Amino acid sequence: MKARGAGFWIGAAVALGLAGFATGTIKNEYFFFAAYIVLMYVVLATAWNILGGYAGYVNFGTAAFFGVGAYTSVVLIQSIGAPLAVQILAAAAMSGLLGFGTGLLTLRLRGIFFAIATVALIVIMETVFINWRYVGGATGVQLLRPAPIAPFESYTKMLFVVMALMAVAAVAIARYIETSWIGRGLRAIRDSEEAAESCGVPTLRLKVFACTVSGALMGAAGAPMPMYLQFVEPASTFNLNYSIGALASAMVGGTAHWLGPVIGALLLSSIQQIVTVTISNEVNVLVVGVLLVVFVVGAPEGILGLLVRLRRRVAALVSR
Amino acid sequence: MLSFSFELLLESIVFGVLLGCFYAAVSIGLSVAFGLLDVPHVAHPAVMVFGAYCTYFLGRYGWDPIVAGLALMPVFFLLGMALYRFYYEAFEKRGAEAGVRGLAFFFGLTLIIEVGLILAFGVDQRMVEADYIGKSLAIGEMRIPFRMLVAFGVAVALTTGLTLYLSRTFTGRAIKAVAQDEPALRLMGANPVRIKQWAFGIATAVTALAGAMLIIVGPVEPSLDRVYIGRTFAVVVLAGLGSMTGTVAAGLILGISESIVLMQFGASWAPAVAFGLLLIVLGIRPQGLFGR
Repeated sequence: MKARGAGFWIGAAVALGLAGFATGTIKNEYFFFAAYIVLMYVVLATAWNILGGYAGYVNFGTAAFFGVGAYTSVVLIQSIGAPLAVQILAAAAMSGLLGFGTGLLTLRLRGIFFAIATVALIVIMETVFINWRYVGGATGVQLLRPAPIAPFESYTKMLFVVMALMAVAAVAIARYIETSWIGRGLRAIRDSEEAAESCGVPTLRLKVFACTVSGALMGAAGAPMPMYLQFVEPASTFNLNYSIGALASAMVGGTAHWLGPVIGALLLSSIQQIVTVTISNEVNVLVVGVLLVVFVVGAPEGILGLLVRLRRRVAALVSR
Repeated sequence: MLSFSFELLLESIVFGVLLGCFYAAVSIGLSVAFGLLDVPHVAHPAVMVFGAYCTYFLGRYGWDPIVAGLALMPVFFLLGMALYRFYYEAFEKRGAEAGVRGLAFFFGLTLIIEVGLILAFGVDQRMVEADYIGKSLAIGEMRIPFRMLVAFGVAVALTTGLTLYLSRTFTGRAIKAVAQDEPALRLMGANPVRIKQWAFGIATAVTALAGAMLIIVGPVEPSLDRVYIGRTFAVVVLAGLGSMTGTVAAGLILGISESIVLMQFGASWAPAVAFGLLLIVLGIRPQGLFGR
């Protein structure tokens, strides 16, 4: 167990090292522009999986948490010109608060009712920000990037490294939850909430905790978005595509293990980035839909499940 | 902003009643699929928009939208049967974990339909032409567009027809029996899967006609289904799962409240009404108005 823990941190350090190395060597700015989105989906999918994968509560509202995070940044930039780190922390706090409220909803809502309620969250939040003039209303707001901080020569590269740090942090949090008693409790809730409750699992506290952490991470992932795009408007910020991307990444990768959403997000968003550039934006959404349906029907355990099955088969062949 | 006028209120209520019946009609397919059969059919609005585009397609060959909607019903019936069969084989049969993955499946299906429509027809708004679209009926100061009246008529016919079907015919009662107690039906020697398949077919056929009405009432675009996820689920949940009378009542409540908000606060607040209503109902009375 201890050795595996060390392996994880070495892996994380190597990933961060590679990200840092990339900023020094790769000259093409677009690479970082695209890689930022891929890493963002790693955060979103990992965050989604804490609630959806471990506890079995399907959250369609990723876009709501993401959008609240992004708009928290906008408010902070508009009012006090807060630096990026403050934006991220504040966004995580606001979305965490929203997650806390959503967690309380699980008291009464399960299954599809919870899922639909989270869709409702997106539309309500979008409507609020459409009608809030201070942050640009329906037409949106244009923002100017400050100069990048010392070692970085461009702001996009800096955002890329920030997102890489957040991705590692998100995965570490998800991994901690999964391996601790919290994860066991959440899995018990997924398998049978009544049974878990009667065995003394504090179901409500665990669900609220999972919702809050998941929401906070989604908000943090949304926080650098205004500076990344230099423009924010409600319709694209509260877009259902974020929800679909997060859910699909986790489902395609495999929801049982923290590595699943990471693999799923890396694969799915990389395909999406390539398809967007080479074919079109519509086909890119189609790819997500088709992959989601194919995996949900054909490989419910995701890519990880397939790998495990493959390994077993190889092991069986070797031992024979 | 809040200048209150009685006439404006009356007008918004009349409009709300028409709109409400329309909402009831677009939700009734879901009321069967989700309310009675427990299928998490998030793709219902997408199927409806697909129906609207089929109507538009036939309209280009000179078909009247209502005729086109009726003609689409048998095709959609078969489509619905096939879809349920697939859903059953892939999820329901495997049991326990069907919930999460079934939801994800219909979510993915929504996306596929949406993008399919974008690729086939583009992102522009589409509408149909007919004699009754564009004109309006004037009663005193009030002007009621004919297209709303047509939708209203079809909605009433559709809802009455389906209510009668479910309560009077043998198959209709069998569908209700499946909803009430599936194991009991199995013990009686009936095959619940076949009944559910039939019922899902009917729900989808009704959705085709609802799609035709959708394009009569206003122009459609491929992503229109996203707004209707909230509206249709709000109506079905508010109604109490599977109650047909409840669906009409809930549709009217949604229609009237949306229309009042529209007139008092402006169009930008209207989309939140359905979802706000939904959250309130889910929080206070999850079994709905006419819950079983």
